[in-house]
Amino acid sequence: MAYVPLADQDSEMEMHHPHSWVTKYVWSQDHKVIAIQYGGLAIAVGVVALVLSLLMRMQLGFPETFDLIDPSSYYQSVTMHGMIMVVYMLTALLLGGFGNYLIPLMCGARDMVFPFLNMLSVWVYALSVLILMSSFFVSGGPTGAGWTLYPPQTSMAGTPGHDMGIVLMLLSLAVFIVAFTMGGLNYVTTILQYRCRGLTMMRLPLTVWGIFIATILGLFAFPALLVSAIMMLFDMLLGTSFFMPAVIESGTPLDHNGGSPILFQHLFWFFGHPEVYIVALPAFGLVSDVLSTHARKNIFGYRMMVWAIIAIGGLSFIVWAHHMYVSGMHPYFGFFFATTTLIIAVPTALKVYNWVLTLWEGDIRLNAPMYFAIGFIFTFIHGGLTGLFLGNVVIDLPLSDTYFVVAHFHMVMGVSPVLVIFAALYHWYPKVTGRMFHEGMAKAHFWCTFLGTYAIYLPMHYLGFLGVPRRYYAMGSTDFIPASAQDLNVVITYAALFVGAAQLLFFINIFWSLRNGEKAGPNPWGSASLEWQTPDTPPAHGNWGDELPTVYRWAYDYSVPGAHEDFIPQNVPESDEPTADEQHFDPDHDESKADA
Amino acid sequence: MSDAAISGSGSTLVDDWSADKQAYHVPWGKAMMWIFLVSDTFIFTCFLTGYLHVRLSTTEPWPLQSEIFALSFGGDPIPLILIAIMTFILITSSGTMALAVNFGYRKDKVKTFWFMVATACLGASFVGMQAFEWSKLILEEGVRPWGNPFGAAQFGSVFFMITGFHGLHVTAGVIYLLTVAFKVKKGHYDKKGYEIVEIAGLYWHFVDLVWVFIFAFFYLL
Ligand code: HEM
Ligand SMILES: [Cu+2]
Repeated sequence: MAYVPLADQDSEMEMHHPHSWVTKYVWSQDHKVIAIQYGGLAIAVGVVALVLSLLMRMQLGFPETFDLIDPSSYYQSVTMHGMIMVVYMLTALLLGGFGNYLIPLMCGARDMVFPFLNMLSVWVYALSVLILMSSFFVSGGPTGAGWTLYPPQTSMAGTPGHDMGIVLMLLSLAVFIVAFTMGGLNYVTTILQYRCRGLTMMRLPLTVWGIFIATILGLFAFPALLVSAIMMLFDMLLGTSFFMPAVIESGTPLDHNGGSPILFQHLFWFFGHPEVYIVALPAFGLVSDVLSTHARKNIFGYRMMVWAIIAIGGLSFIVWAHHMYVSGMHPYFGFFFATTTLIIAVPTALKVYNWVLTLWEGDIRLNAPMYFAIGFIFTFIHGGLTGLFLGNVVIDLPLSDTYFVVAHFHMVMGVSPVLVIFAALYHWYPKVTGRMFHEGMAKAHFWCTFLGTYAIYLPMHYLGFLGVPRRYYAMGSTDFIPASAQDLNVVITYAALFVGAAQLLFFINIFWSLRNGEKAGPNPWGSASLEWQTPDTPPAHGNWGDELPTVYRWAYDYSVPGAHEDFIPQNVPESDEPTADEQHFDPDHDESKADA
Repeated sequence: MSDAAISGSGSTLVDDWSADKQAYHVPWGKAMMWIFLVSDTFIFTCFLTGYLHVRLSTTEPWPLQSEIFALSFGGDPIPLILIAIMTFILITSSGTMALAVNFGYRKDKVKTFWFMVATACLGASFVGMQAFEWSKLILEEGVRPWGNPFGAAQFGSVFFMITGFHGLHVTAGVIYLLTVAFKVKKGHYDKKGYEIVEIAGLYWHFVDLVWVFIFAFFYLL
C-alpha cells in the first residue's frame, strides 16, 4: 500500500475542532492553546520559586531580623527553589511552552502529530505541579535535601521533610517525566515526519533544531532520574537499601545495609548534566533566531550552528561526573571527565562566536527582544568562563560547594535562559496575541533585570573565593570569612529584591498590552521564518487556512540585495525573488542599505 | 547558502534526513513508537546498571539464583526451569505476533485477530507464571524487598523491582494488543491501514527482547 506523507495528505485531515468553551480552552488539543497552558503554569511556578529565593536572600542579608525563615525552612526553600526553577519552570516553559507553540508553526504543520497525547501531557504536568505544591502543606513540609536529593541524608531525621516531603517530591518528578515523555515524543516525531513541502531538515530555523535535540536529550536523560526516583521511593517506602549504606543515626543503627549512595549520584547526574543542555539548547535556538531577525542578517554559519547543537547534545552524556569530583573517584576518571567537559567548550564557544559574527556589520534594530538577546551573550560568556574553571578537578575541589558555584550556575543556566525566555516572549508576543507590547516598559524591564542580576551574582564569585559555603542558613562568625562579607550579602539582597520587583514590569506589560497594545499586524519584525507567514494573526485553529505552505529557502534570507523588502519569507518561490546565494551577499556593497 | 546542494548528494540516511516532508518513509506512529522504545531502553539500562552496581556494593554475599529459582516435579529440583518455560513462552509469542503483522498487511482480519489474541494469551500466561513465581518466593522462601534468608537484601529488592517493572510492561502490552485486536476485528483500520498492528508488534518484540537481557543478567549471571 502506498504510503502518503502527512504533508501531501488532504488538508481535511482529522482536525479536532473545538465545540465549546471547555474544549477550546481547557481540554484543548490545539498546540497553541496547550503551549499557553504549559507556559502560563510554568511561569506561575517560576514566581513561587522566585519568592522563595527572595525569602532566602532576606535571611542571608539580615540574619537576625526576620522570623520568616528558620534553618529548616531555609533548606526547604533552597531545595524547592532549585528544583522548581530547573525542572518545573525552565524545562516546562522552553519545551512545553515554546516547543508546543513554535514547532508546528515553524514546520508548516497544522498541529502536532498526536494532539490527544499532547493534551494529556499538559494535564499530567499540571498534576505533577499539584503534587509538588501539596508538599508545602503536609506534615514536616517539603523536602530540604537540596535539589540534588543526595541520599542518605534525604531520609535522615535531621533533614526537614524526610518523611512525606521527599516522597511527594519523588512522586511529582516521576509524574513530570511521564508528562515530558508524552510531549517529547510528539515534538520529535512532528519535527521528523510532519514538515511541509520543501522544508528540509537543513532549512529548519535553529529554534526547531535546539528544541529537537533538547527533547532527544530529555528522552534519554529523564529515564535515569525516573529510575533513581523509583529506587529511592522503594528505599523510603519498602525499606530496601539501593542507596542506603549502613547508617548509625544518633546512636541507633538504621534498618539499611549495603546500598550505594554513589550510585544515586551517578544516576542523578547522568540526568542532571544533560538537563543543563535540555534548558540551554532551546535557549540557544531561540536566541539565534531573535538575533538574526533583529540584526537583519542571516545567522552566521548556520550549518556549523546545527552541528554544534548536535555535538553539544552528544557530549553532554559523557561529562556527568564533573559534578562528583569531591565524591571521590579514581584520578583517571577525574582526568577523563575534566577532558570531556573542556571539549564541550569548543562547540559552545563556536556558537558564541557565531552569534557575535551575526551581529557584526548587521543592520541592528535595537528592539526590546534584541536587548535581551544581546544581554544573554554577555551573561552566557560570563557563566561559560567560570564553567571552565570548575571543569578542572584541582580548581573545582576548593571551590566546590561555595558561592562561586552558586554564581556560576546562576549565570549560565539561571540568568542566561531567563534572558532568552524574555527575549522570546517579547519577540513572539505579537504573533501570539496580535498586539504589540509596550516597548519602553520592556526596555526598562531589561535594564533592571540585566544590571540587577549582575549586581546579585558578580559579588557571589568573590564570596566564593573567600570560601563562603553554599546552602548555609547563616554564616555565623568564622576565622576565614571577613566580617565585610556580610556587607556584600546585604547589597546582594537589595539587588535581589530589586530584580524581583522589576519582574512586575513584565507582568504589567503583557497584561496591559493584551487590551491596549497597538495592533501588531502579521509580521511586525519583518521575519523570514514560517510562523510569521500565517494567514491569521494570532494563527487560527489549523494554522494555515486551506492550504499548507510550501517552503523554498532557509529561514535567514535577510538584507538580500535586490529583494522587494530587506528579507524574503521562507515560502516565497525562487522565481519571485533573487536568493542570497545567487548574488553573494557582501555587507560592504549592500544595496538595500545604500538606498536607505 | 544553497540547499539544493545539501539535499542532493550523499548516502541514503543523509538523503532521508535532509529530505523535505519527512525523515523516514514510515507513518508517524511507527516513528514515534521507535523513539519511545529507545527511551524505554534507557530506563531498563539504568535499572540493570543499578542492579550490577548494588550487587558489587553490597557487603553480604549474593544468593545463588539457580537454587532459589529451582522447581522440582516430584524428583530432584531442576534449576531455573520455570524461568526457562517463561522465556520460551515469551519468545513464542514474538513468533505469533510476527504472523499477526504479516496477516495484517494482507488485510486478513480474522487471522490477524486470532494471532493477536494468541499473542496476548501467551503474554497473559507469562504474567501468570510470574505471579506464581512471586508468590512462591514471598510465601514459601520468605523473600522480601527489604531482606531474604539467603544473603544480600538487595537481591530481593532488585528482583521485585526489575521483574515487576517488566511485568507491568507485559501487562500493558496484553491490554494494548487486545484493544488493537478487537478494533481490527471491527474493521476499524480498513481505511487507515494496518500499520497499527506492526506498531503494537514493535512494542511487543521490545518487551521480549528486554526479557532476554533480564534473563541473562539477573538469572544467569
Ligand atoms: C532573581 C533570581 C534568583 C535569585 C535571587 C536566586 C537566589 C538563590 C539563592 C539565594 C540560592 C541558595 C543558595 C544557597 O544557600 O546555597 C539559590 C539556589 C539555587 N538556584 Fe537560584 N536564584 C534565582 C534564580 C534562579 C534561576 C532562574 C534558576 C534556574 C536554573 C535557579 C537555580 C538554582 C539552583 C539549582 C539552586 C541550588 C539549589 C540547591 O542548592 O539545592 N535560581 N538561588
Ligand atoms: Cu554538568
